[in-house]
Amino acid sequence: MKILVAVKRVVDYAVKIRVKPDKTGVDTQNVKMSMNPFCEIALEEALRIKEAGFAKEVVAVSIGPSQCVDTLRTGLAMGADRGIHVEASYSFLPLTIAKILKSLADVENPGLIFLGKQAIDDDCNQTGQMVAALLGWPQATFASKVVVLDKDKQSATVDREVDEGLETLSVDLPAVITTDLRLNQPRYATLPNIMKAKSKPIKKMTLEDLKVDIKSDIEIVEVTEPPKRKSGVIVSSVDELIYKLKNEAHVV
Amino acid sequence: MTRAILLRALTKKKLVLSNAHRSISFTNLSRCISTLILAEHESGSIKPQTVSTVVAANHLGESSSVSLLLAGSGSSLQEAASQAASCHPSVSEVLVADSDRFEYPLAEPWANLVDFVRQQRDYSHILASSSSFGKNILPRVAALLDVSPVTDVVKILGSNEFIRPIYAGNALCRVRYTGAGPCVLTIRTTSFPVTPITESKKATISQIDLSKFKEDAVSRSRYVGQSTQDTERPDLGSARVVITGGRALKSVENFKMIEKLAEKLGGAVGATRAAVDAGYVPNDLQVGQTGKIVAPELYMAFGVSGAIQHLAGIKDSKVIVAVNKDADAPIFQVADYGLVGDLFEVIPELLEKLPEKK
Repeated sequence: MKILVAVKRVVDYAVKIRVKPDKTGVDTQNVKMSMNPFCEIALEEALRIKEAGFAKEVVAVSIGPSQCVDTLRTGLAMGADRGIHVEASYSFLPLTIAKILKSLADVENPGLIFLGKQAIDDDCNQTGQMVAALLGWPQATFASKVVVLDKDKQSATVDREVDEGLETLSVDLPAVITTDLRLNQPRYATLPNIMKAKSKPIKKMTLEDLKVDIKSDIEIVEVTEPPKRKSGVIVSSVDELIYKLKNEAHVV
Repeated sequence: MTRAILLRALTKKKLVLSNAHRSISFTNLSRCISTLILAEHESGSIKPQTVSTVVAANHLGESSSVSLLLAGSGSSLQEAASQAASCHPSVSEVLVADSDRFEYPLAEPWANLVDFVRQQRDYSHILASSSSFGKNILPRVAALLDVSPVTDVVKILGSNEFIRPIYAGNALCRVRYTGAGPCVLTIRTTSFPVTPITESKKATISQIDLSKFKEDAVSRSRYVGQSTQDTERPDLGSARVVITGGRALKSVENFKMIEKLAEKLGGAVGATRAAVDAGYVPNDLQVGQTGKIVAPELYMAFGVSGAIQHLAGIKDSKVIVAVNKDADAPIFQVADYGLVGDLFEVIPELLEKLPEKK
């Protein structure tokens, strides 16, 4: 079985972002970029499944400008077997990304597609669900805990983090799984693996190759900063805190 | 041709299914707003997030109708439908899909159901709350309809213009939906509070005829089980007071102090990702960018450093209180009241001195 993992290059999670003064977006010039943390977890899970003997190959895919190749190299260094870079501009909506992944799945025929549940830049949490819909495959989103594969029955048991707690589903393969934060701790790429990764293949593809039309039914009108909270005060004792909560804020 | 006739003719031809080249913008035509809301219910009643979603639907414009879609099976579904019919005066009808297929909220049959219902009537908008239920199902619906959804909407500026948070809420993105198909949205319910309802009105309840609803002969996903914590504490997403503990609590046993304080104030218990990862509390208490978003009147954070991802979940709280030993903790930059001190001393003192809950 082959596993396809989609990985996205995003602003690093620790960066304090700045909204551009012209309100067209967030400033990403000279800002540290990394693989989306959820995508790292997705890749890590795929690698563990392969190491457990349930998959033969892990293919990492990234869609975007040429710098995505850096993200793919990180994925290859973690242990993915090969990479696919689909050249595209960054402003693609999740639906277009989903269509690209669907086209790739039609070509590669994976048994599983792993994605992070959301990207920490747009926080959409849509792509995995959309890929599953376009392929007509079952979906198991926000996966946490262990994903167990039943090789004979070709199915996976997934624990999902939901508002009420944890829900367990069983899905027939091929299926789409999106990963939540507690699924695993991704490995660091060791230096020998980083060197090995340089010779692993990254195939370049275009939208024309995949016969995908860009869907542009959402326009970004402007990006602004959220209203700032007015600054607070430091109190010196519990008594003072209770006094203020009672008489100033009127919340107790 | 009048605009209304043109609109009906075009939607009848189902241009929504065509590719991008043929999509037509309806932004200049006055749209008749007809909203379908995928409702959530439990133990015979509608969940509060669904009522918030109805409130949100009112912001879309002059609503011609708001239909609530309830799916499930058996008597608790029918009870919920009855309750839903008078949950808000804006609801014009309740549609009920009663079948074993919907016993559990699996995305595949539910998304197919929404598409099935949509084919009976052209809704201009399809909404759900951005709960784990809504987030799981609605994007799948959108892809079936070949439209881009707008998820986690915090403000509605019109029938096709919305604001949603990005970068963990450190920026707000104003977007315009320009597609021809239904506008699919998930709503961040803390941004659409429900005001007490004085008007009482009962909507019509119709049972959906599922005889023509095609479903895969063999379901490819199955519900196996669930583990939830039974608690007397109010629901985290809608509580007036939230008391949160971080990793500084150091143990499951210590976290009971947080619970005691929550109980004293009649509040819900929250936790940071670090506390959940460490196993002090279950995952459904996690507050933050990828956990629950809360907007209580009072949010108290004990031993919480204030990472960007946690702050994303609490920024709309009215009053934020932080207690931390570290005077440089980022949480103090957003707190209205900060106390630099040891939570193991502060919490007992608070328990002693706080007045009983109102």
